[in-house]
Amino acid sequence: MKLHRVLALVLRHLYLYKRSLARFMEVFYFPLLDILLWGFLTIYLQRFPGAVPGAVSFLLGALILWDILYRSQQGISLSFLEEVWSRNLLNLFVSPLTAGEFLAATMVLSLIKLGLTAVVTIALAWALYGYNFFLIGLALVPFVANLIVLGWSIGIVTTAIILRFGQKAEVMAWGLAFLFQPFSAVFYPVSVFPPGVREAAWFVPASHVFEGMRSVIAGGGFPLAHLAWAGGLNAVYLMLALAWFYSTFRVVRERGLLLRVGE
Amino acid sequence: MGESKTPGDSGVISTLSASPAIEVRDLAKSYRNIEAVRGVSFDVRRGEIVGLLGPNGAGKTTILQTLLGTLTPTSGQVRFFGLDFAGNRESILARVNFSSTYVSLPYSLTVRENLGIFARLYGAAEPGKRVQDVLDRLDLADLAERYTSHLSSGQMTRVCLAKALINDPEVLLLDEPTASLDPDMADRVRKTLVGLRRDRNTAILVTSHNMREIEALCDRVLFLQAGRIVMEGPPREIAARFGDADLETLFLRVAREGRG
Repeated sequence: MKLHRVLALVLRHLYLYKRSLARFMEVFYFPLLDILLWGFLTIYLQRFPGAVPGAVSFLLGALILWDILYRSQQGISLSFLEEVWSRNLLNLFVSPLTAGEFLAATMVLSLIKLGLTAVVTIALAWALYGYNFFLIGLALVPFVANLIVLGWSIGIVTTAIILRFGQKAEVMAWGLAFLFQPFSAVFYPVSVFPPGVREAAWFVPASHVFEGMRSVIAGGGFPLAHLAWAGGLNAVYLMLALAWFYSTFRVVRERGLLLRVGE
Repeated sequence: MGESKTPGDSGVISTLSASPAIEVRDLAKSYRNIEAVRGVSFDVRRGEIVGLLGPNGAGKTTILQTLLGTLTPTSGQVRFFGLDFAGNRESILARVNFSSTYVSLPYSLTVRENLGIFARLYGAAEPGKRVQDVLDRLDLADLAERYTSHLSSGQMTRVCLAKALINDPEVLLLDEPTASLDPDMADRVRKTLVGLRRDRNTAILVTSHNMREIEALCDRVLFLQAGRIVMEGPPREIAARFGDADLETLFLRVAREGRG
């Protein structure tokens, strides 16, 4: 792993964002819409008699955390797609750049992008609804770390799928993370799932993060068990995602697909 | 084409080193039932320009991609500078580069930014200086601040060639470097390649469908058909050997015989 090669690739994408309003807005535009939509919906729901106490905290906290997962995944998938769209992939992989360095660069980019997104969404939630995201407290650090790692795992799998099946699979870059959303207990507890689905949901790392978040907001203390489960599951997910990526990369090299991935 | 050497130019031959820059032995590549490359062996010496010829589907691009490590061979061995490619990918690719008409560079970056990224990827000690050197060498300084999206296809080809020179490569692999270029641009590219060999002793393996270009540029050609090397030698010599007036006549005859 050579740092200068990772940083070179990071710089390539920062040039892109510096110059492209559309790409720059993508970091802010959708999070802004999400905050507005869910924020107003939450305020409306709170007016009903018997509304869930702390609904604003639950929903906006969940929304911000989900966005962290999603942007983390997008940071990897879209950085890869940028290379496909610009027919630059072959230039990169005939250089000494390794697949691992490529992934490392996309991870750094995802951190930069989600950092910007998080600042905007957290500030908006505070400005518009008086919601202080940092009230979640110390548990926020491992929550966020777990969601970032899950986003990376999904991003790595997405990248592998596009490498293997070409641009016709690029919809995965936007869709795969949402496959996890219904089973991640983002906006509702795991207990609402029917038997079977409920047990399966506990094997999604994000479920533990969102359950933990609700537990903290409800005053339930530091959710050590949830975080331990999330961390353990994430380690397994990341290892499987990397194994899948490297295995796909081997197949791509065997079949000469790198030359055709942009077609 | 004034600078183009004639095969056998003694000034050039004297600069060739004994150890091959590229050694390919019994290279084979199959895709399911299709044998794209069948037991190909050849060397390219330092300072030598070798043309890889053949009709479409003969295996030229497959061989280039195998040499670059983007395609895994079914069997055989590829060595650069005496080092096995499989075990020395990073150190070899740091000394090799590639350009093709069929790849591009990110459109939203300027020429200088694009070249700067690749200078860093290849570990240049002073990326800015390295970029300026290459821009000056290829007479591209006027385009330095232009976005690659605003370049003509000929300018883009030259910028891609600049990318291929960013690490001062000892081996240059080129896939149809002058395809889609007008005669003036194509001539500029050929002169650059001849200058590289003369000044840097660079080994160049080039594919092209322009037989006049190959005759003017290459010391030797490898003629591929159906994944095999069927002829090898200096371009005019092999045309004469088979009783053809020039390489183009030979190419047409062999390609049509091959297609039945």
